Amino acid sequence: MSFARSRAVVCSLFLATLFLSACNSNGGGDVSVTFWAMGSEGENVKKLIPAFEQRNPGIRVKVQQIPWTAAHEKLLTAFAGNSMPDVCALGNTWIPEFAMLNSLEDLNPWLENSSLINKENYFPGIWETNVIDTSIFGIPWYVDTRLLYYRKDIFEKAGYSRPPRTWDEWYDVSVKIKKLAGNKEQYAILLPTNEWAPFVIAGLQSGSSLLREENRFGDFRGHEFTHSFEFLMKFYQENLAPVGITQVTNIYQGISEGFFAMYITGPWNIGEFRRRLPENLQDTWMTAPLPGPQGAQSGISLAGGSSLVLFRGSNHKAEAWKLIEYLSEAEQQLEFYAVTGDLPAVRDAWKDSALADNIYTRAFYEQLQRVVPTPKIPEWERIAMKVQQYAEAASARTMSVEGALTALDRDVDGILEKYRWMLDRRK
Amino acid sequence: MTGASSIRRAVFLFLAPALLPILVFFFLPAVAAFAISFTDFDIYSLGDFRNARFVGFKNYIQLFDDTLFWKAMKNTLYYVLVGGPLSVAVSLAAALLVNARLARFRGFFRTVYFAPVVTTLVAVAIVWRYMYHPRFGILNYALNFFGIDPVDWLGDPLWAMPAIILLSVWKGFGYNMIIFVAGLQSIPGELYEAARIDGAGWWQQFKRITLPMLAPTSVFIGIVTMINNFQLFAEPYVMTQGGPVHSTLSIVLLMYEQGFRWWNMGYSAAIAFVLFGIILVVSLAQSKLQKQSAL
Amino acid sequence: MKKSLILGVMVMAAVLTLAPGIWMVSASLMPAGQASSLPPKLFPSQITFEHFVDLFTRLELARYLVNSLVLSISITAISLFLNSMAGYAFAKHRFAGRDRLFRLLVAEMIIPAQVTTLPLFLMLNKVGLINTYAGVLVASMATIYGIFLMRQFSLSIPDSLIEAARMDGASEFKIYWSVILPLSKPILVTLAIFTFMGAWNDFFWPLIVLTDDSMYTLPVALAILSGEHVQDTELMMAGSVLTVLPVLIIFIAMQKAYIEGIMIGSVKG
Repeated sequence: MSFARSRAVVCSLFLATLFLSACNSNGGGDVSVTFWAMGSEGENVKKLIPAFEQRNPGIRVKVQQIPWTAAHEKLLTAFAGNSMPDVCALGNTWIPEFAMLNSLEDLNPWLENSSLINKENYFPGIWETNVIDTSIFGIPWYVDTRLLYYRKDIFEKAGYSRPPRTWDEWYDVSVKIKKLAGNKEQYAILLPTNEWAPFVIAGLQSGSSLLREENRFGDFRGHEFTHSFEFLMKFYQENLAPVGITQVTNIYQGISEGFFAMYITGPWNIGEFRRRLPENLQDTWMTAPLPGPQGAQSGISLAGGSSLVLFRGSNHKAEAWKLIEYLSEAEQQLEFYAVTGDLPAVRDAWKDSALADNIYTRAFYEQLQRVVPTPKIPEWERIAMKVQQYAEAASARTMSVEGALTALDRDVDGILEKYRWMLDRRK
Repeated sequence: MTGASSIRRAVFLFLAPALLPILVFFFLPAVAAFAISFTDFDIYSLGDFRNARFVGFKNYIQLFDDTLFWKAMKNTLYYVLVGGPLSVAVSLAAALLVNARLARFRGFFRTVYFAPVVTTLVAVAIVWRYMYHPRFGILNYALNFFGIDPVDWLGDPLWAMPAIILLSVWKGFGYNMIIFVAGLQSIPGELYEAARIDGAGWWQQFKRITLPMLAPTSVFIGIVTMINNFQLFAEPYVMTQGGPVHSTLSIVLLMYEQGFRWWNMGYSAAIAFVLFGIILVVSLAQSKLQKQSAL
Repeated sequence: MKKSLILGVMVMAAVLTLAPGIWMVSASLMPAGQASSLPPKLFPSQITFEHFVDLFTRLELARYLVNSLVLSISITAISLFLNSMAGYAFAKHRFAGRDRLFRLLVAEMIIPAQVTTLPLFLMLNKVGLINTYAGVLVASMATIYGIFLMRQFSLSIPDSLIEAARMDGASEFKIYWSVILPLSKPILVTLAIFTFMGAWNDFFWPLIVLTDDSMYTLPVALAILSGEHVQDTELMMAGSVLTVLPVLIIFIAMQKAYIEGIMIGSVKG
């Protein structure tokens, strides 16, 4: 009895040690390139891999899906645990952080010898997000920016046959739409205060650099940002935009019901609008580049998207670079667009009818000519959260514009304290 | 005699294999976390430990200034104060049912009520997420029968926390039910018989005998439930990621995000110790209460 | 009359309790898309096992199932061994500072495990245990609760049995192994189920420690899949069934010992 028990315990202990000592085994001969991609991109990019492996015998690509919701912590823990992949599709706002950690390969030497990847093939603002000082840390894979989605029919009723190009027109059409609604609880635009993008975009449009002195301090009290902030606050104060977001739980329902007629958002919503807006409203919505304070040319937006990066610790950089080159071919970019809806980073791909004839993506092409990066420092996301927090306070009028921006600068200066210390230390 | 020393050696050999891992993998990290909470260990220090500085109480002071922390605190208290008593009440009701003199198939029902406890939270959270779906979810469909309008359970900041409470009550009540049953079974039957002879009804018996006799069990359950509830993490992590608009952001979730997502380890450790302090104070207060009620 | 009223209430409560589980199983057997139709379907129009096949072929869930099983069994075996030894020593051996040590240990139970996560991660990282199963295992190879439970139970074992064995010249380990362990069978079973379920259901720690997706445990893999397959309700329900099933089977098979164990644990000592 007790013998049988002890044998069972010993067996399971043995099993455990056996199992713990088992290590990763790789099939011999072939070079294996590990590629991390976020969310459904990971699953979709797998479809492009067989052709690559066929073309490059001896290279195997192992795609690992990283869930979006846990992507950042996964990358950081992998960095700490020294188990980074060879290649990763990194959101381009995260590049400064991983560059600071000295984990990314400077791609300049690789680019010099590449006939396939050329800076001229990319949108300048998007390319710029990958550049820190003179180093290039990523090759844009797909792009993303924010622009205006609007209801054409409501605009026409308000006397606008085209989207606004200047801030004045933007404000004017909003006032007219609000008038149309009369006493009904309807608004011109949805500017949800759980998103920082509109506030940052308006600041950039107005000429603010957001931070000053080599990103050492916040510059939100500067008159450019103040001007743009006041402009957006006017939409809340005059009831052109709903305050708070609890009333709008479903933006698709909101825009269908005419609860608002404009919304600033990204390319993923093309698919969502098609899917979720009722059939009879499908002809009524459209996309347009953002208006700017001095007309279309000043209507800049954010340079978003994802870049392919090479990690310094990789043992198979040449093979990994081949994968990056392959994914940067116009043909593969189009294929990836077809399965995911993610907009191609390579401009040649946009000449294809899949994009050139799409009435919704046209505005994105135009907008992408006018995109700029947000400040390239690791603290940016935290700063953006602060912008959102104080925009919410100012829109709800729990703080004055001046009070909110002063507090914002104070908080941002606090966040940047370590950055300043690091800068001084490096000197 | 050699007995004493050999026994002493045996005691050491019995204890060390278990206590050593606890010391190394639990106690030391806890002490280290306390030390880290007085530094600005962050993403810069991840690359190079020398980039961490001693900052005194700065993290703690900063916490009190952080609106997100207060939001998380409010949400957690909501969960503790609403979810806790609700869960205990449901457990007690279930225990009374299962233990009722007239009940049949007790074992079967006990098993059924207990089943959610053993399920994998990640899996049931996924199931509940679909049940909570505003259009296709069976919950709204069921409510529709009673003429209640559809609720966007996980999308509406007002309803997201109640939705999480509902899930965790469902998942957890069976456990406390068992402990209540143990408490109920330890009440001498003569007490009830005497009461019945006095003509006391069900409610009278419940109020005069069951509740007072269950007081120690209730306090025990109260403390454990409260400690557990303060550590709310997995439900919002899987179901809502703390959203919408931070309405389900709990303290531990905030700690996790600050620590592992943004790698603000110093700040994150400070959050952990504020939570620890709260739990400590609450459990001390409750056990004081327990001692008083025992007098 | 009263009897059937109570039975009625109990049945209703049981239906409510089981509803999510029933729906989960039912939806996992529906043809793709049927779980998201209006009005919601409670039962499949025709039963299909395609999602389960899909899980094992396309999503390779078998690997995660094996990972989870082996890891949970290892944790259970090791922690059972360590906890039972320590619990027995605390209950039946006198040594200086015993009670103080035990009280200190129990007091530590109120430290939220999350407090230790960050430094533990850094520590394991230094010794190269990140992305290994050993890294997952060390955090739960001995638990205070397990020691506590074992001690409470061992207290009820008569000293005379131990003394008798000692008289017969049995070594201390022999006493533990062939006197204490057989007598502790009920609590060992409880603790085994308890530990296995805890290890099986654990999500947070494996999520952090394991970076390579081929090493994921089932709940981690499921959580990640559910993020990418939000639309595939039926597939996700099948995955949930698969994840819940092993613990549910163990629970139903051994529920008596398990529930009694909880009652022992709840009695203060």
